[in-house]
Amino acid sequence: MDLATFLVQCLNAVQYGLLLFLVASGLTLIFGIMGVINLAHGSFYMLGAYLAFVLAPFFADSFLLMLLVGVALSAVFGFVLEWVFFSFLYQREHLQQVLMTYALILVFEEARSMLVGNDVHGVPIPAWLAGSFELGALMSYPWYRLFASAACIVLAALLYLVVHKTRLGMMIRAGASNRDMVRGLGIDITLLYRIVFAGGVALAALAGMIAAPMSSVYPGMGSSVLIICFVVVVIGGIGSITGALVASLLVGFVDTFGKVFFAEVSGIGVYLLMAIILVWRPEGLMKGRA
Amino acid sequence: MKTLSTLTAAALLGLAVNVHAQSAAPIKVGLMLPYTGTYAALGNMIENGFKLYVQEQGGKLAGREIQYFKVDDESEPSKATDNVNKLIKRDQVDVLVGTVHSGVALAMAKAAKESNTLLIIPNAGAGAITGPMCGPNIVRSSFSNWQPGYAMGVVAGQRGHKRAMTITWNYAAGAETVKGFTEGFEKGGGKVIKDLTLPFPNVEFQALLTEIAAQKPDAVYAFFAGGGAVKFVKDYAAAGLNKSIPLYGPGFLTDGTLEAQGPAAQGLLTTLHYADNLDTPRNNAFRKSFALTYKTNADVYAVQGYDAAQLLGAGLAAAKGDLGKRDVVTAAMRKAVVDSPRGKFTISAAGNPVQDMYLREAKGVNNEFKSIAVKSLSDPAQGCRM
Repeated sequence: MDLATFLVQCLNAVQYGLLLFLVASGLTLIFGIMGVINLAHGSFYMLGAYLAFVLAPFFADSFLLMLLVGVALSAVFGFVLEWVFFSFLYQREHLQQVLMTYALILVFEEARSMLVGNDVHGVPIPAWLAGSFELGALMSYPWYRLFASAACIVLAALLYLVVHKTRLGMMIRAGASNRDMVRGLGIDITLLYRIVFAGGVALAALAGMIAAPMSSVYPGMGSSVLIICFVVVVIGGIGSITGALVASLLVGFVDTFGKVFFAEVSGIGVYLLMAIILVWRPEGLMKGRA
Repeated sequence: MKTLSTLTAAALLGLAVNVHAQSAAPIKVGLMLPYTGTYAALGNMIENGFKLYVQEQGGKLAGREIQYFKVDDESEPSKATDNVNKLIKRDQVDVLVGTVHSGVALAMAKAAKESNTLLIIPNAGAGAITGPMCGPNIVRSSFSNWQPGYAMGVVAGQRGHKRAMTITWNYAAGAETVKGFTEGFEKGGGKVIKDLTLPFPNVEFQALLTEIAAQKPDAVYAFFAGGGAVKFVKDYAAAGLNKSIPLYGPGFLTDGTLEAQGPAAQGLLTTLHYADNLDTPRNNAFRKSFALTYKTNADVYAVQGYDAAQLLGAGLAAAKGDLGKRDVVTAAMRKAVVDSPRGKFTISAAGNPVQDMYLREAKGVNNEFKSIAVKSLSDPAQGCRM
């Protein structure tokens, strides 16, 4: 493998890893802060992808505007879902949460099937991002993938700033370690949770919208991403955003290079990685929520 | 006295009705096909093709009426056994016709063997059906996954390519078609340098396309279908690979997907047992009849459904409409020369069509006949013991 190919594969790995991070960060936030094991998180990714499919014809000229509209819609959806459903889940045992959120997956899948059917759909790449960036004779890299990576980096940075540098982030972190204390300080913890949840849904949906032009929109796409995201959360350490970022990139590299060099066994690569890391560090790379 | 005679008359009438019903009892055909989901269009084409042939024979095969029972298999292997038992046990069908998805078809083959029901498979190409799972009561009117793969391998070799790569989904159909390609290609002196796979129905091809660009093979053989085929052909072109490395595949890469693939697919060479514009009187008549009946153009799936009915007709004719003579029916199917729109074909001992494979080129929204890739190609049917 020459250097150019290696670099392109690295770009592929980083791009995949960053996209995973968007989904996994929402999952780890919701798990780490509210203690809810949300199996339906992959469905939010699917929701985003299908939103992109449905909205794309109306926003042919403005992909970014479509992303904004999609994020707003999914955040509202998350806010309402937390209100009518998840807010009743916090006090339950994990087993009950798993069962109930699994039921939600079935509901979402059925709803999708009724609303948009079971076909595989493509979402067009916006005109201004079409084509490829040339990297020597046979190598080229699609502009859209560079855009996807850049967008994910910006979002990761924003997320870091919000969680670590703002008052909201401070409340979120405080709420994660001691719910009652935060409530005692006169902060509306119910609203806080609702905002965090809506944010998590919006992140996953945004990842789905960004992924749609690259990887099609198909039934069951939520489940496959969910499994990988749990791997990321477990490797990274539950509740840790930094851990999720590092783990996402690790998984991106293992998956991409595994696919290319160990095609026969590539399916187990990330699980092997998880096993090795858990032996070495049972709590994940970064210790998040105690 | 009057009561007695009335009763006698009624009893006689009842007997007569009963006898009449038995002699003219229609043959029950159980159609187990996908009517919802990704493969719904294929299921409808197969059903329409099947019914068209029966209709052309005046609604009867070998003088017997045909009665249809339908089950939507949803292309869901986990529901396959229940679904097929609905037809076998509840409806007590005489013949099973189905299906598209190989996993579902395997479950159907198992149930058909256990209950000794006649099964005609109008699509699913899994090698096992006419390999280890073969049986005297199971025939296929379509193809085995190995067949188009092998034919494309032969063609790629003839076109002077030496190093090829393959790419497909990591599942049985993918492995079987790649095996066929590799056999055909390496027989001609070529070498497959690498097999790339990704999980079904994943369509994130970027890393694998990068690898293809890096290895610079002489040719690439790809098997994807439906939405995956659309995405792959477009991505292949978007990566600029179509300018330097020719892409080949079995017909499924471009069948029913050309419109969605647009310019990216133009000129692609694929192999299959059917081409849209086969200019034979048989095919022209079939396409005209199909278009008049259903107001849409026939495709390879319609042909496979049509030929499933032809096979059943051939078997029934030999037994003079008596499905009880199972040995006569199945022997006749294997002796039949089917006058298919695709060209005449026969059925191998294992139950798979022995047929010409065509090389086709994608032009506009049609896969146009170019030449015969391999004449009378028979599936090796490894593992079949009867």
